[in-house]
Amino acid sequence: MIKRIFIASLVFFCGFFFTGLLQVQKAAAAEPKVKDIILATTTSTVDSGLLDVLIPKFEKETGYRVKTISAGTGQALAMGEKGEADVLLCHAPSAEKKLVDEGAVVNYQLVMHNDFVIVGPTGDPAGIKGKTSSEAFRTIADKGVIFISRGDDSGTHKKEKAVWKSIEVNPQGQKWYHESGQGMGATLLMASEKQGYTLTDRGTYLAQKANVKLDILSEGDKALLNIYHVMQVNPEKFGKVNSEGGKAFVEFMIALETQKIIGEFGKDKFGSPLFFPDAGKQM
Amino acid sequence: MSVIGEGLAEAVRLLVTLDPEVMDITLRTLQVSCTATFISVLIGIPIGTVLALKRFIGRGFTVSMVNFGMGLPPVVVGLGTWLCLTRYGPFGALGLLYTPSAMIIAQAVIASPIVAGFTIAAIQSIHPKLRLQILALGATRIQYLLLLLWEARLGILAAVIAGFGGVISEVGASMMVGGNVRGYTRVLTTATVLEVSKGRFELATALSTILLALAFCITAALSYLQQRGR
Repeated sequence: MIKRIFIASLVFFCGFFFTGLLQVQKAAAAEPKVKDIILATTTSTVDSGLLDVLIPKFEKETGYRVKTISAGTGQALAMGEKGEADVLLCHAPSAEKKLVDEGAVVNYQLVMHNDFVIVGPTGDPAGIKGKTSSEAFRTIADKGVIFISRGDDSGTHKKEKAVWKSIEVNPQGQKWYHESGQGMGATLLMASEKQGYTLTDRGTYLAQKANVKLDILSEGDKALLNIYHVMQVNPEKFGKVNSEGGKAFVEFMIALETQKIIGEFGKDKFGSPLFFPDAGKQM
Repeated sequence: MSVIGEGLAEAVRLLVTLDPEVMDITLRTLQVSCTATFISVLIGIPIGTVLALKRFIGRGFTVSMVNFGMGLPPVVVGLGTWLCLTRYGPFGALGLLYTPSAMIIAQAVIASPIVAGFTIAAIQSIHPKLRLQILALGATRIQYLLLLLWEARLGILAAVIAGFGGVISEVGASMMVGGNVRGYTRVLTTATVLEVSKGRFELATALSTILLALAFCITAALSYLQQRGR
């Protein structure tokens, strides 16, 4: 008897597993493959919540399904370079330029900008308030206060390295220099916990503000502009790329209506927009 | 502390109101991990049985490989699967990357050695004289195997529990090969990571609570099955 109950429950469980298998497969088969677009992007567009607003709208309008892979700009660009993504949304113009020149990406379009800011503990122990980015970085290095770096080759990390290079300081291996190796949101949390300084894009900082004990201490420096471009991975170079989908996404990002949404995004929650639309402008 | 409290309250609220996104994520977590466990049972139990009963050259090495596989880091499995499934990788033509199927593959790779390892232990812990007795009573080969598996059922259910526990809680491989795509490959673990980086700790705590509850329910059901009449 016990044996029979045991077998019955085993059959039940197997049935359960099987339905799961079938359903998953059905879900995978429901939409044709070419409907999928792989968007490789930076963590800031996802962590700030911007893409949660834009992607559903795009999917509804076009019928495509966007697979958003949120990585640092370094990984996103690498995926583009290998033809593993269809469209990229990144914020490291100088690194992107290389891909454009190599012909790995086409249809390179300016989308929006915001800016980087240097944030640190409310008391500002290093005293960088109001300084320009290079002065602030030099002060941090001189005083040896904790600085949390993304350390992940993301757009923000590239920008940070550029500032260090401009003042000819090599922070690598210094005791006060910590590399988080994580996204912007997680890095801000780490900076807050360790009472350290970090370079962040304004959007992610505003989105995280309620959770961190960090203030903006240096801002408005022209060197700290954070510029986002969208680009299609070159379908002529990589035959497996979804060129129609990539093109549709680029067009969507620079369309007037989308640009308006970008400009409005975050106003209700943070009092100021997180991104400023730029499509069509010359940078 | 308030975050934990609010997170628990949020978890209850999300469950009671049947929040569609959370329900969707939870259901997908179950489907992916249950399917992966099922596949790993299909792979792991036969392999474990053969390794427990047969004597052949290279057996010791194979067993140690299985034992090594039990501790396979999910993130390494994730990377390996990712590399195999990328568009220009060896299995790129299948177009599986960033799909639930890719997650199932990675999770099955993680769970199979666990199931196989536990199965070896379960079958080998059966008293050797029992095996002789079964054979002496004139059992056919199939009967012999079924009886052995039946006798080892406690250990084999433990194998299933361990395999399931291993995959439902893993995040590295799911994140890498699934991509955490909203409404498609987002599961409880990857959603939790995302909500933390978004700074929504209450939601992250709520998702973790649901994950714990889910893992508990499944393992409790399996444990009940294992311990009945004892």
